[in-house]
Amino acid sequence: MQTSYLIWIILIPLMGALLNTGFYFYHIKYKELPEKLFAIIGTVTPFIAFLITLNLFFKLLDGSANLEQTMFQWLDVDGLSIEMKFLGDKLSIFMAMFVTFVGWLIHIYAVGYMKGDKGFGKFFAYFNLFLASMLILVLADNPIILFIGWEGVGVCSYLLISFHYTDGNNVMAGNKAFIVNRVGDLGFILGVITLFFALDKTGISFSSMEAYIDVADNDLLILSGFLLFVGAMGKSAQVPLYVWLPDAMAGPTPISALIHAATMVTAGIYMVARFHFLYSSVEEIGLFIAYIGAISALFAAVIATRQQDIKKILAYSTMSQLGYMFIGVGLGFYSSGLFHVFTHAFFKAMLFMGAGGAILALHHEQNIFKMAQHRKKLPIISATFLIGVIAISGIPPFSGFFSKDAILAASFQSGEYLIWGMGMFTAFLTAFYMFRLYFIVFVAPNGKEEEYTYTEKTITFPLVVLAIGAIGAGFLNFPAIFGGSAFIDTWLAQLNSVELHMSHTTEYTLMFASIAVAAAGIYVAYKKYAKCDVFKPESEEGIIANKFYVDEIYDVLFVKSLKKLSNFFVHTVDDKIIDGLLMTVCKEFITIGKKLAIIQNANVRFYAFYMLAGMSAVSLYLYITLIGH
Amino acid sequence: MASLTGYAAVSMILFSLGAIGVVSRRNIFIIYMSIELMLNGINLFLVTFARYHFNMDGQILSIMVVAIAAAEAAIFLSVIILLFRTKKSLDTDMFTELKEGSE
Repeated sequence: MQTSYLIWIILIPLMGALLNTGFYFYHIKYKELPEKLFAIIGTVTPFIAFLITLNLFFKLLDGSANLEQTMFQWLDVDGLSIEMKFLGDKLSIFMAMFVTFVGWLIHIYAVGYMKGDKGFGKFFAYFNLFLASMLILVLADNPIILFIGWEGVGVCSYLLISFHYTDGNNVMAGNKAFIVNRVGDLGFILGVITLFFALDKTGISFSSMEAYIDVADNDLLILSGFLLFVGAMGKSAQVPLYVWLPDAMAGPTPISALIHAATMVTAGIYMVARFHFLYSSVEEIGLFIAYIGAISALFAAVIATRQQDIKKILAYSTMSQLGYMFIGVGLGFYSSGLFHVFTHAFFKAMLFMGAGGAILALHHEQNIFKMAQHRKKLPIISATFLIGVIAISGIPPFSGFFSKDAILAASFQSGEYLIWGMGMFTAFLTAFYMFRLYFIVFVAPNGKEEEYTYTEKTITFPLVVLAIGAIGAGFLNFPAIFGGSAFIDTWLAQLNSVELHMSHTTEYTLMFASIAVAAAGIYVAYKKYAKCDVFKPESEEGIIANKFYVDEIYDVLFVKSLKKLSNFFVHTVDDKIIDGLLMTVCKEFITIGKKLAIIQNANVRFYAFYMLAGMSAVSLYLYITLIGH
Repeated sequence: MASLTGYAAVSMILFSLGAIGVVSRRNIFIIYMSIELMLNGINLFLVTFARYHFNMDGQILSIMVVAIAAAEAAIFLSVIILLFRTKKSLDTDMFTELKEGSE
């Protein structure tokens, strides 16, 4: 069904971005404008986008067909016809719903967090642009439009991570995020091209690809499935392209919340779910995705247990949770994977915002031990943080439990016991490191009188809303075993997810097991950290605390060797060979020119002589040839 | 009546003298006179062959040349005066501003 609303979901945040940009230029060039103006534009536009999405959601709920909006024909070259078209099916509206909603809350939070910053207006311009790009990605009708959004979020993440560009480290982190993402982007675009040819050029919209998937050559499908997943690895920070994510914490905290919860990192999962028809037909790749997910989940969780920077711990936990989501979508349980994306958006955004609030209140300190040393009473932040920690650890009835448990049950049912085991162990580690963080920052005694400190309303309001979401979001997909209706599974039925069907005994046992490991993790963390001495931080030595030296290995493998190669090209190939050759030719021309210039001596008599000589030569030639005949 | 070769030889000599004058002399007046000499050498040639073929076309052309040479003289002399005013000299070697490398 055609609709004219769909585009406005994207256009309104985009207009917000443009308005903010314009006002910001005015602000720095002519007259100072109040922060309120930027804040209003910045926060109202996502909210309008959310309302429109909500409206479309209810339309779909009423049983309306998929919504579409064709803007114009973009390209039509030799059978490749790309339309600027947006698709509002149940999957994209589901994604757009929480992207706009959580995005809106993060915008509100940013008003409080960025207060007094010189680049306040610029920040909101970038923020709105980020949201608009993510919405393009989500609502795209074909992979090319999706790629526009895909690159858009890449650019915005670069701009936002290096927002405080006067610090070299931030710029480095921004570059790193951008460059690592480029590696994935290359995979993505190659994957789309491969898929286009694998489907015999029958069209490039998602629906036409789905229709022709059966006739395609299986080997090419495997290749394109793999290449597309390389793109997802980059965006969603999976092994081995995850290195940018922890460094991305250099940006201000609202950015971390936006990148890690509502947008960007979920793009990879969304993309795999979008191509569900492709991944269902190549199960080898699906299994590969699931293994990568499991490895990433475990790897990140192990690293997180020894980190001391609060935001880095959260970054690794994001990577770990993304691993879970990839286990879900890789094994064909698309709705479970997306359900985890959904619940994760709530509690992870909340955790980041809580961490940001605490960082602001505690003298911009990010090291958990030092934060504990300066602790003040932050009742709302610590309460919501606790809710987030419980949710991510998977304790019922908080949202994280339902979504994570569904994925673990899915891996068990698929017979991938290795993945299941890794998932369970990760669940244990997750509970452990998240509670370690909570106990150290908010509980462990520091022997000081604690005083209340004022926190901005714009910071606490989103926290409370998200806390409700983090508690309640799980009930949206209440499992059938408890008499629930599994709303999200039904809603996303178009993805043809594999269904969970196991005996109730098994299901209960699995749930019990996952609760037990989470409880064990909490218990270990409690024993170790609830009463630890915050003035004696853990040592930062050892292989885990140093993140398995992956950054250093990448540095040697890629950065240094590439630098050598480019040095070789600069100094040898370019300077000596190419420039040398060109300069020789040029110099020869100059020499010849100088010699020829002698005859142009501005002396009339000589010119007359040349003329005479020339005429004589021509006459002589004519004479000889004419006589010859 | 002298032979055709004689007339042709005289006109060629006149033309060559003029050409040599243009190339070798530095005084603008002399160059100008040498050009006139070349013109008249050609005129003589035209007239000679017109007479030889009993065809008046060549004579007409020679009258044309004389007329144009008169007009040219007017312009040439005024140019010479202007040149002299700028440099106070009639030496063509003084007028080398367009030389490669000159300011």
